[in-house]
Amino acid sequence: MSVLGRIRRISGSLVVAEDMAGIKMYEVVEVGEEGLIGEVSRIEGDVAYIQVYESTSGLRPGEIVKGTGNPLSVELGPGLISQIYDGIQRPLEDVKKLSNSIFVKRGIRLPALPREKKWHFKPIEQFKHGSKVSGGTIIGTVKESELIEHRIMVPPNIHGVLKELSPEGDYNIEEEIGSVEQDGKKIPLKLYHTWPVRIPRPYQDKLEPNEPLVTGLRIIDTLFPIAKGGTAAIPGGFGTGKTVTLHGLAQWSEAKVVIYIGCGERGNEMTEVLERFPEYKDPWTGRPLMERTILIANTSNMPVAAREASIYVGVTMAEYYRDQGYDVLLVADSTSRWAEALREIAGRLEEMPAEEGYPSYLASRIAEFYERAGRVIAAGDPRRIGSVTIGGAVSPPGGDFTEPVTSHTRRFVRVFWALDTALAYSRHYPAINWLISYSAYADTVSEWWKKNVDSSWSEDRKRALEILYRENEVREIVRLVGTEGLSESDKLILFTARLLKDGFLKQNAFDPIDAFSEPRRQYKMLRSILTVHEAISALILQKGVTMSEVEGAISDPVAKLVRGRYTIPHDRTEEFDKIVNEILKKLEELQKAR
Amino acid sequence: MSRKGKRGIAGILESREVERIRGPLLFVKIASGVAFDELVEIELSSGEKRRGRVLDISSGVAVVQVFEGTTGISTTGTTVRFLGKTLEIGVSEDMLGRIFNGLGDPIDGGPSVIAEEKRDVNGEPLNPASRAYPKDFIQTGVSAIDGMNTLVRGQKLPIFSGGGLPHNVLAAQIARQSVVRGENEQFAVVFAAIGIKYDDFLFFRKFFEETGARSKVAMFVNLANEPAMIRLMTPRVALTLAEYLAYERDMHVLAIITDMTNYAEALREVSSAREEIPGRQGYPGYMYSDLASIYERAGRVIGKKGSITQMPILSMPNDDITHPIPDLTGYITEGQIVLDRGLYNRGIYPPVNVLMSLSRLMKEGIGPGKTREDHNDVYNQLYAAYSRAQELRSLATIIGEESLSPTDKKYLRFSEAFERTFINQLPTENRSIEETLDIAWNVLSILPENELTNIRPEHLQKYYKKS
Repeated sequence: MSVLGRIRRISGSLVVAEDMAGIKMYEVVEVGEEGLIGEVSRIEGDVAYIQVYESTSGLRPGEIVKGTGNPLSVELGPGLISQIYDGIQRPLEDVKKLSNSIFVKRGIRLPALPREKKWHFKPIEQFKHGSKVSGGTIIGTVKESELIEHRIMVPPNIHGVLKELSPEGDYNIEEEIGSVEQDGKKIPLKLYHTWPVRIPRPYQDKLEPNEPLVTGLRIIDTLFPIAKGGTAAIPGGFGTGKTVTLHGLAQWSEAKVVIYIGCGERGNEMTEVLERFPEYKDPWTGRPLMERTILIANTSNMPVAAREASIYVGVTMAEYYRDQGYDVLLVADSTSRWAEALREIAGRLEEMPAEEGYPSYLASRIAEFYERAGRVIAAGDPRRIGSVTIGGAVSPPGGDFTEPVTSHTRRFVRVFWALDTALAYSRHYPAINWLISYSAYADTVSEWWKKNVDSSWSEDRKRALEILYRENEVREIVRLVGTEGLSESDKLILFTARLLKDGFLKQNAFDPIDAFSEPRRQYKMLRSILTVHEAISALILQKGVTMSEVEGAISDPVAKLVRGRYTIPHDRTEEFDKIVNEILKKLEELQKAR
Repeated sequence: MSRKGKRGIAGILESREVERIRGPLLFVKIASGVAFDELVEIELSSGEKRRGRVLDISSGVAVVQVFEGTTGISTTGTTVRFLGKTLEIGVSEDMLGRIFNGLGDPIDGGPSVIAEEKRDVNGEPLNPASRAYPKDFIQTGVSAIDGMNTLVRGQKLPIFSGGGLPHNVLAAQIARQSVVRGENEQFAVVFAAIGIKYDDFLFFRKFFEETGARSKVAMFVNLANEPAMIRLMTPRVALTLAEYLAYERDMHVLAIITDMTNYAEALREVSSAREEIPGRQGYPGYMYSDLASIYERAGRVIGKKGSITQMPILSMPNDDITHPIPDLTGYITEGQIVLDRGLYNRGIYPPVNVLMSLSRLMKEGIGPGKTREDHNDVYNQLYAAYSRAQELRSLATIIGEESLSPTDKKYLRFSEAFERTFINQLPTENRSIEETLDIAWNVLSILPENELTNIRPEHLQKYYKKS
């Protein structure tokens, strides 16, 4: 029986209801005559505190509040891919059609997955009447998009004997495709099931993330790599390019499924993805990106309580595809807006604030969220490995990384891509500051690079970082004595660092060639610059040639090398070798002239 | 006399029990039936009427925010009427050419407006699936904007300014010169003045009159000496008209909103009167969402001809861009135009700090067929070179210019020319995008060709001026 109470108080997104005895924490309730969706976030006696996911304008005390008996859950099944949902999984395209309005109307109830659409279901041959199955076991497949073979699983926490399994054919998601007998009870199986968003989905075992998630972004893959199943934070003040970088990750990453959560950000950014992704091709498969993407949009002007929920809705979907054995990338832009939603709700509940008004459980909520990432052996048969990689943007007020959300996030992520205002001002994108960013996966993924790209990847990566670190020191010296007082080898450091910055680290997200670099091309570019560096180094040390002589001699081919990032296509990387040879030849001539 | 708790004629509910008055807030005893966010009329014992809205409501007490302020209101003799609706304004195309107060009532002595439609001033969030991505280049005739931070139709691009800087002149210049080339469509300007000085208002009114654009402009005015609480409604009232004109009347609307800093201060005032837990510098924790509910009311929509382009103006307290108001604004808007006191003092107009400025929607609005094929490379190169030049300039002040290399010295010359000839222009000067890009090539050609690594060889060949 569902609980029925009445509204006592309304304050913004918070509604307080009385006569609610029997209601459960985090139970979904319908508020007022319009049946606005809300969730119980505190209970005192028979009084429930409810955060409402829609605008509460016009609600009156005395209106009814109905319990649904269920926690906030998502529907998981075929039809998720290519959708755009709001923060509580309402499909926004359908909302548009149903309301016949350009605005998001409230009080609309819609199923998350299409009910009418027929999917072609293929059962797994080996299963017969009487096979033993458990949660996660794959019983059949459905082709969800050209890219995704949707694996239909026995819902988690169910184990028993398979009683029936339908033959190959077309079914909608409400039709029964089989049943499991558990403890003498028959449990029907459908193409979809639901799962509460605040509870992580079970898995068999967690593995070490040691395979890189290749992103095609050079500074990330080469200097600060992310692993499949890893966690990364990308903090930066406004205008530093968080969103462009996250869009880049969503576009180019070697993930099977990408879930993009626009959490309290701009409406146009979601529109951009919606317009671009059906046109852009996935570099790994050549198919439109939309065929592997799910969008969740709670833009900054949409109700704030749903912002808090959107993160959980997204990560639950991610875990669902992980359980099918896929590599999933979850991108959250921005986790700060989510934290602010927590703060707003806590404030309305009159909870005691900790730092800067945030509730004291901020850190544990952030930790819980990032902990849902990971590379796992999924539950059930057959054995398969899937991963959820999380990349979360952080928007620190005033660009100050010591504020609570950034500093807590730092404790729970293993990759930190710090965006830098000064780099962004000079339009050096991605504006990831190489001095303060880090990746704890650099060592774990090096095996993969050694095996698949080049055995000296690790050393070259370190060499490049050393040059960049040293450049920072040299610049301090320059500020005191000017460039003329520098030693020739320090001048070389400045020269090479500039090559690295302009010809390697800088990457134009909107250039057809430059936007994406596959690992071999990345290494080729890095090695080219280091080869030039080593040759000049030998020349100035052994032959006493000066840097100004060198720069004068090779300025033409060096300009070509720098432009290579956007002029040399992927299938002609030998052009880099030609340019390097040209430079080496000029250096040789310089040496002979001595 | 109507009884407490029962709706009278036209759904009006009345109470005479004002329990407490704190700042702009009234705490009114009421039985039940009052709605959250409902519009309220307050009648003082003198017969004067004021308006307000419900901010918080529990079964015993409604918290009412009084727009015109609580001065002169007493706990006795005051009648509070709950009007059974949220704040609505009547909208009509006839509102163009008129002047209104901050709540949408005419103050120009003209007749009252016959509304074609009534709309809730709070609006509703645009469905992201209904939006169309803005990509039509607007030529403002200002090089620092067109060349470096291109504005597109449907964008929200604020001007971050400071006291005494010429943001009004720049906003007026943009309003006067803006065109989408090759088009001759219906346009309108909606102007919202939030707590500004009377002479700022006069400047804009005179400007709209002199340019003959008066009949295309609707002005909503709340001056510095008028009640602060109205400031919370003024931008919403103005944008409600803007939405009507854009999405029902197919007009391209430019919404100029000045000064958002006054808006944020009014928001803080209400928040502290409600004794809410403050966020940074006393501003409420929900200021981000609140500002977004204004700024996000811009854009283009699939299947609709019209658009709303927003140009809010805000003054940065102490010229500090990290202050919560510009900071949160920058996180919501699609870029920012930052005015710089240093440039202003050196006589550069418009004093746009191009490095700190940004247009997020630029990339879709420029390039072949839109501006020119070299635009992308040129602006990238200008940014790279100008920021390098700024670094060298600060270095030169320490170690002296003579210690710089010949190439570095060229960067200094480039930067000087960039500021003097590219950024600097007259408030009446309307440059085409071709003129802007040609000036850009003039200054870039001060640098050696090999330094211009952001530019494709084919563009260099065509446009670079070899000395």
